[in-house]
Amino acid sequence: MELDLYFSNYTYVIIFVLFGVALPVVSLTFGRLLRPKNPYDDKLSTYESGIKPTGEAQIRFHVAYYIVAIEFIIFDIETVFLYPWAVSLGQLGWVGLNAMLIFILILALGLGYSWKKRVLEWN
Amino acid sequence: MELMPMVLYAGVLLQLILAGVAAAILFERKVIGYMQLRTGPNRHGPWGILQTVADVLKLLIKEDIIPHAADRKVFVLAPIIAFVPSFAILATVSWSENLYAADLNIGVLYFIGLSSVTTLGVLMGGWSSNNKYALLGSMRGVAQMISYEIPLVLSIVGVVILVGSLNLRDIVFFQESIGLWLFIPQFLGFVVYMISAIAELNRSPFDLPEAESELVSGYHTEYSGFRMAFFMLAEYVYAIAISALATTIFFGGWLGPDFLPGEFWFLLKMCFFMFVWFWLRATLPRARVDHLMNFGWKVLIPLALLNIVITSIIKVWMG
Repeated sequence: MELDLYFSNYTYVIIFVLFGVALPVVSLTFGRLLRPKNPYDDKLSTYESGIKPTGEAQIRFHVAYYIVAIEFIIFDIETVFLYPWAVSLGQLGWVGLNAMLIFILILALGLGYSWKKRVLEWN
Repeated sequence: MELMPMVLYAGVLLQLILAGVAAAILFERKVIGYMQLRTGPNRHGPWGILQTVADVLKLLIKEDIIPHAADRKVFVLAPIIAFVPSFAILATVSWSENLYAADLNIGVLYFIGLSSVTTLGVLMGGWSSNNKYALLGSMRGVAQMISYEIPLVLSIVGVVILVGSLNLRDIVFFQESIGLWLFIPQFLGFVVYMISAIAELNRSPFDLPEAESELVSGYHTEYSGFRMAFFMLAEYVYAIAISALATTIFFGGWLGPDFLPGEFWFLLKMCFFMFVWFWLRATLPRARVDHLMNFGWKVLIPLALLNIVITSIIKVWMG
């Protein structure tokens, strides 16, 4: 019974995902019957405020984006640890609390270090 | 396990959500119109009620243009990737005590985990367009969305500590048992949640990925017709979902006076949050990109961590 309920909950998730995929696929497929199709070169060129596009757009971009991504991963992993801890804090008591406070302190030190190193500046 | 009622529930909810999005767009234009001493749309139907319907029909009969330079497969996939998670997270919303679909015991985690997939759609759309504005918009958008996802996720941890469960319904039952909506004991977490939710939704004043005065229209510059509509749809469904999450965890979900059903109170609170997003859009000018990033990392994340530390100490202290 318990397991049945568990599966039915996740069946809902699967149904929702399928509906989410079906809506764009179906409406775009049937939309083909309604919309005109008249492509020519000028229409299919990349938009660049009306002038002829120069060069590629898929270029290397600023390193600041990568640094933000790395910082994000560090903190995202922190949240992965925080959630199970938060659920069970009632049973963990002071020991669990101290362990997590030390963990947060280390991360806060890391954040302070990157702050000091001006990694978080954006320009 | 009956499959038919489940499919029916999802299908009906999808249509209600689409109608809700149409209403929300009209509501937004009306609210902002009146705030700027205009009347907003008023030509299609009484009080402009059919305006969004007309807009959607127009988008449906527009030509679908995929530029030569675009990466075709990724270009086609991006709006779908952006839309699917925004609808799928609604599976776990409990609209009232009896009206709910998936009662997941990891509800909060499912919600925030899946909703971050939307970022991928933005990245794919901007990159595959092979357009300079789109690339800039999507890179900005991704940097902003991942930066504000951390305070968003951390701000909910305080609630999880107090309740001791990730189940969205348990969170509402907890608020019923203590007779207090959690935005009062978790006020700091609530403020951090609201600010980072706006950035996560790319709404004004944090709508930098679509800053139309500098980037044409950001990551979906090259999209036209119904493909663009799905990016917009994803944005509004996501706004509804984030409002529903805020209602559930901070505003007591379906709780309210008994003379009206729980669904009504839930929708009322959700509309309040939607109204707040529109209100802010009409009030505040767009933030600068460096200010935005600094604010996220140097103010919101430390505040969210502080909230977790205080809440956990109080929780253990009280036993």
